[in-house]
Amino acid sequence: MDFDLSEEQRLLRDSVDRMIDDAYGNFEMRGSYMTEPRGFAEPLWARYAELGLLGLPFAEADGGFGGGPVETMLVMEAVGRGLALEPYLATVILGGGFVRLGGTAAQKQRIIPRIADGSLRLAFAHGEPQARYDLADVATTARETGAGFVLDGAKTLALHGDSADLLVISARIRGERRARDGIALFLVNADAPGLARRGYRTQDGQRAAEVTLSDVRVPADGAIGVPGEALALIEQVVDIALAAVSAEAVGAMQALHTMTVEYLKTRKQFGVPIGSFQALQHRAADMLVALEQARSMAMYAAMMADAPDATERHAAIAAAKVQVNDSARMIGQAAIQLHGGIAMTRDYKAGHYFKRLTMIESLFGDTDHHLRTVAAGEGLIEAV
Amino acid sequence: MDLRFTPEEIAFRREVRAFLRREIPSDIRRRLSEGRHLSKQDMVTCHRILNARGWAVPHWPREWGGQDWSPVLHYILQEEIQRAAVPPPLPFNVSMVGPVIAQFGNEAQKRRFLPATANIDMWWCQGFSEPGAGSDLASLRTRAERDGDHYVVNGQKTWTTLAQHADWIFCLVRTNREAKKQEGISFLLIDMATPGITVRPIITIDGAHEVNEVFFDDVRVPIENLVGEENKGWDYAKFLLGNERTGIARIGLSKERITRAKQLARATPAGDGTLWDDPDFRKRVALIEVQLKALEITQMRVVAGARGRSAGKPDPNSSILKIKGSELQQATTELLKDIAGPYGLPAADGHDGANEPPVGPDWAAFAAAMYFNYRKVSIYGGSNEIQRNIIAKAFLGL
Repeated sequence: MDFDLSEEQRLLRDSVDRMIDDAYGNFEMRGSYMTEPRGFAEPLWARYAELGLLGLPFAEADGGFGGGPVETMLVMEAVGRGLALEPYLATVILGGGFVRLGGTAAQKQRIIPRIADGSLRLAFAHGEPQARYDLADVATTARETGAGFVLDGAKTLALHGDSADLLVISARIRGERRARDGIALFLVNADAPGLARRGYRTQDGQRAAEVTLSDVRVPADGAIGVPGEALALIEQVVDIALAAVSAEAVGAMQALHTMTVEYLKTRKQFGVPIGSFQALQHRAADMLVALEQARSMAMYAAMMADAPDATERHAAIAAAKVQVNDSARMIGQAAIQLHGGIAMTRDYKAGHYFKRLTMIESLFGDTDHHLRTVAAGEGLIEAV
Repeated sequence: MDLRFTPEEIAFRREVRAFLRREIPSDIRRRLSEGRHLSKQDMVTCHRILNARGWAVPHWPREWGGQDWSPVLHYILQEEIQRAAVPPPLPFNVSMVGPVIAQFGNEAQKRRFLPATANIDMWWCQGFSEPGAGSDLASLRTRAERDGDHYVVNGQKTWTTLAQHADWIFCLVRTNREAKKQEGISFLLIDMATPGITVRPIITIDGAHEVNEVFFDDVRVPIENLVGEENKGWDYAKFLLGNERTGIARIGLSKERITRAKQLARATPAGDGTLWDDPDFRKRVALIEVQLKALEITQMRVVAGARGRSAGKPDPNSSILKIKGSELQQATTELLKDIAGPYGLPAADGHDGANEPPVGPDWAAFAAAMYFNYRKVSIYGGSNEIQRNIIAKAFLGL
């Protein structure tokens, strides 16, 4: 039982914090990054690469830096604090996660060094209009031909799918629409004939894309893992992504709580700082309780993200998301309320934290979805 | 960062678990689990079994029976005691007065009180709260005036838990009425057999006799029973209250209740099946479990952080543990009461004997009583509102 960071981890955290502070310390800069064609600033992405963050979770033998879930947690907390716009989750955690955990040696060799140097961005195109949060609900089809596969269907809400160079796309090679068996994953170039994308902004200032596939041809070596048996890998990578966004949410909640408490100390009404009022003090205290509960569960998620037993991992990650979501909603709403009118304005940062936290709530399963998973399991209290 | 327990810690947990199941009478554990009140003898029996094993006062200095343990081992022992529904070593002895005497008492006091306190040859109760001094404890008015080599104590204490069993009471008394209120308080040890002490029961809403009023009427206390310096009692009291850092959330207890709630729900008919088949019920249990898991890790963060921190220095996180821990303890008692359903209605203590044998399952009436009783946990030990004040002032700087 040890909650301390290693020396390397501390150095990593400090350098990420500095980079995020430089880039996002002035909140107006964020607005200007958003107006870039890809929805984020290219030079910043290069900074991620220089610091080694883009290769962080990959094995050194594959061209990465051999970081684990704790390292990812540290990066994502900083991303959350800064409300960073770069596609770290989409490229490194999601897209990169599939290559790292399911890719062939050739795929790793071809892709990972280019993720690490910042020259290749990935996105995960999996969700479908009818699927809601059911990861097994895949109607997009992959027809096997002599030379490989032909994909047809429609994908929704591929995070940063509009700016990605390479998409990880799920499709069904057999079985009913919601069957666990029969799902395959493919690496598809964004410019593949028959693939069309419509990019758009999400509520939190990030980007996503609708992807349509009509007769998109993928060579046989474009499949990740055994076609038809990809669901376990999808669940694993999504669990890792949930651990990552849990850490991101904690970073955002921490920053939002800090700025709210600061505001309570400086804003005066009735001749005194409003933070001298007990009704507001108690709400700020409750926000701290919610924050620490979420922080604990983000740590738990990081610890369980690479647990060998998938059922245990999945229940733990679901539990973490329930707590993070509950805390995010409570802290987001309370922060707006405690600030008052100022937090309703678009130019003030608090509302943007609130919006990102709200998006995270719905990402890869909302509270009810994950609570059902916990409820269906064996429970969390059987320690050791 | 590694949140897993070490092999040594896991082995220790197994050892504790096996010991408790083997050595503590199962009948006592069952009755405590069902929310029934234990006799003095039950509690003394369990306390002494633990003390004989060296597990009643492991956090005390080594020369007085303590163990050289990491904070994690202390936590594991505590959690296993709670999970096995074993009555814990009497907190007034082992967590409150004992550490104060060990830290601030003189040699004669240590020799006289510590071994007897560790083995519960002396049963202690706590004389802090007064009718006019609850959350504002420092405004207490029970006074002790010097008369030769005695203090003469007059006043009233209240909410004195299990004073009916107690041999001794440790009291905060006012020894200087001129000074600032925190600076005129002393820490006094008083033999309950001294003439002038009257104990009057307070029956709580669950029908239990757990707490009392204690009246002091010209009670003569030898001055050698003063702990530390006169008028420094508030410092010792703060030390005492800050000491309960790791136990306050009582996570093991809530775990035990959840385990029990699941067993009972599986055995409780509802519709075509059991209550456990009801998805709404399952989700409610799941949400409590999620919050408890989060609190457990928060607790472990505090425990791990306690390494190297000076003894008795309060951790601001203990307020978080108190708030959330008490809320979850209450949530588990609500759960058990709701499982009892309509059979939560008949009283557990029918004075006319009409409720013996019990109406409905014999645990059901106690579930409601426990629910009533557990409203106390967000009130005592610094109410949850006081804890929020502490967070706001000491932690957030508001």
